Amino acid sequence: MNVIVLMKQTFDTEERIRLVDGQIAEDGVKWIINPYDEYAVEEAVRLKEQQGASVTVVSVGNEDVAQALRTALAMGADEAVLIDGTDLHDERAIAKALSAYLAKTPFDVLLAGNFSIDNGAGQVAIRVAHQLGLPHVAAITKLAIDGGKATCVREVDGDVQTVEVQLPALFTAQQGLNEPRYPSLPGIMKAKKKPLTNVTLGDLGLSADDVAPRVARIDLSLPPKRQAGQRLSGDVEAQAEQLADIILQATGQAGAR
Amino acid sequence: MGKTVLVIAEQKDQKLRQVSLEALAAARQLAGDGGNIVSVLVGDNVDAAAQQLADHEQSQVVCVAADILVSYEAEHYFAAVQPVIDEVKPDIVILPHTASGRDLAPKIACHLDAGQISDVVAIEAVGEDVTFKRPIYAGKAFETKRFLTGPWVVTIRPNNLQADATNGAAAPIVKRTYTEPTPMRSQVVDVQRKGSDTRDLTEAKVVVSGGRGVRSADGFAPLAELAEVLDGALGASRAACDAGYCDYSLQIGQTGKVVTPDVYIACGISGAIQHLAGMSQSKLIIAINKDGEAPIFDIADYGVVGDLFEIVPKLTEKLREKITAVRS
Repeated sequence: MNVIVLMKQTFDTEERIRLVDGQIAEDGVKWIINPYDEYAVEEAVRLKEQQGASVTVVSVGNEDVAQALRTALAMGADEAVLIDGTDLHDERAIAKALSAYLAKTPFDVLLAGNFSIDNGAGQVAIRVAHQLGLPHVAAITKLAIDGGKATCVREVDGDVQTVEVQLPALFTAQQGLNEPRYPSLPGIMKAKKKPLTNVTLGDLGLSADDVAPRVARIDLSLPPKRQAGQRLSGDVEAQAEQLADIILQATGQAGAR
Repeated sequence: MGKTVLVIAEQKDQKLRQVSLEALAAARQLAGDGGNIVSVLVGDNVDAAAQQLADHEQSQVVCVAADILVSYEAEHYFAAVQPVIDEVKPDIVILPHTASGRDLAPKIACHLDAGQISDVVAIEAVGEDVTFKRPIYAGKAFETKRFLTGPWVVTIRPNNLQADATNGAAAPIVKRTYTEPTPMRSQVVDVQRKGSDTRDLTEAKVVVSGGRGVRSADGFAPLAELAEVLDGALGASRAACDAGYCDYSLQIGQTGKVVTPDVYIACGISGAIQHLAGMSQSKLIIAINKDGEAPIFDIADYGVVGDLFEIVPKLTEKLREKITAVRS
């Protein structure tokens, strides 16, 4: 079985965002594998351990992204592919590049994160599946592979769905799918020797025209800073009384007395 | 020059979701003079929701109903809307950024070879120039985007845009038969309603959220009662989820859900950066925490330093009295 994981490198969730000259400052930032993608990597490695599989992790970005790919290799992936993202400026373009790579790489299971914690659009993986003509199941919390079929569980708006799907297919990982492992020291040592291939758009047969952006960012801003408000005084009775009035005011039920 | 806008509306339990009217209002804004708006509803029985939708002025409401569409599944829902898209040839497609809307939108965008701007919280249109504002890093920052070329696909975040209030001539309702995709490769084989019918977190006007300070799964009971009195939803911090007090589906934060309710009540939540990203755009924030130094107080409009197990039940009691008083 061949498993491919689409992954992205993101800021750590505890990072604050700073703007310098209108751009997001990246100096001194701690980088991680996007947490949802990390569940996808973990699931792939478990499939390898439980059923035997070769696991390839694929990312789009600059050379610094190799660090996240090495971490995935240390977790147990077998090889990594880094597609040069220099000329890829929107989700459609990134999905085109990934689809072009995947179109010539056989696989049974494609895994990715539910969304990235930075851009948060949740487009790329689903676009890739659609472009390749594959079914997908998003935001899964359980995955069982049996022959050419997968059974998975996902939560949608308070409902728990069980979905059956024929392989090959894409699955995007939701929190709760698994508990990702920390790379072990031997894993980290082994990862250094595992293959990491750099791929350019030219290698994929794509021209600048093919990936010309459809959308563009024109501005970045930070949310208005919230100020610390008022501490309510008095005993529990008095505090609850004040809070109740404040809440009813805000919900438009202020007539309540 | 008016544009043709397709709205993929959504229903839940045979009622039109409020966000569908927010999408319709966005459609009206973007269609412009002489524009053309078509809405689509997909499900097993969409009659009631279609009627609600048709009360708002537009060219037509298209219904695609079949038993198999009772629960959202990407392939089937795409098969339901694709013929409508191909026929209407929209300049713009708008969907709610809900569990199903965000799942379906990229398929539509890919089908149209179009750009997509996701999770939009504000739309600004000055003549032909239209820009879309959306959160990034779960709301730690915002970006403004524009389309460079059409068609456009947009998903809008619930609770952020004004809902459509137009009452015009009733729009015609058109029923289309559903044709299953061939080959059919994916299928929902079971659906379980989870727990009591709680309100969707991202659409709730009030969110009552618990953190490590709730101390156990049972500790969420008084929070659930408070949420119920306010017709709100229950949420949680990552710490509470990781500790196993509640399900991950309740998690609010940069991992988890981003919420923007009218009132957010944080109980026993210290306020890690990753949690603040998911809730700091709430209109009113109330924090209840034993630790007066907790960072949550730095962003709360009102703070109570104290024991949530004393304050929350008392607050629920007060609210119940006041709400009953006004209704009787």
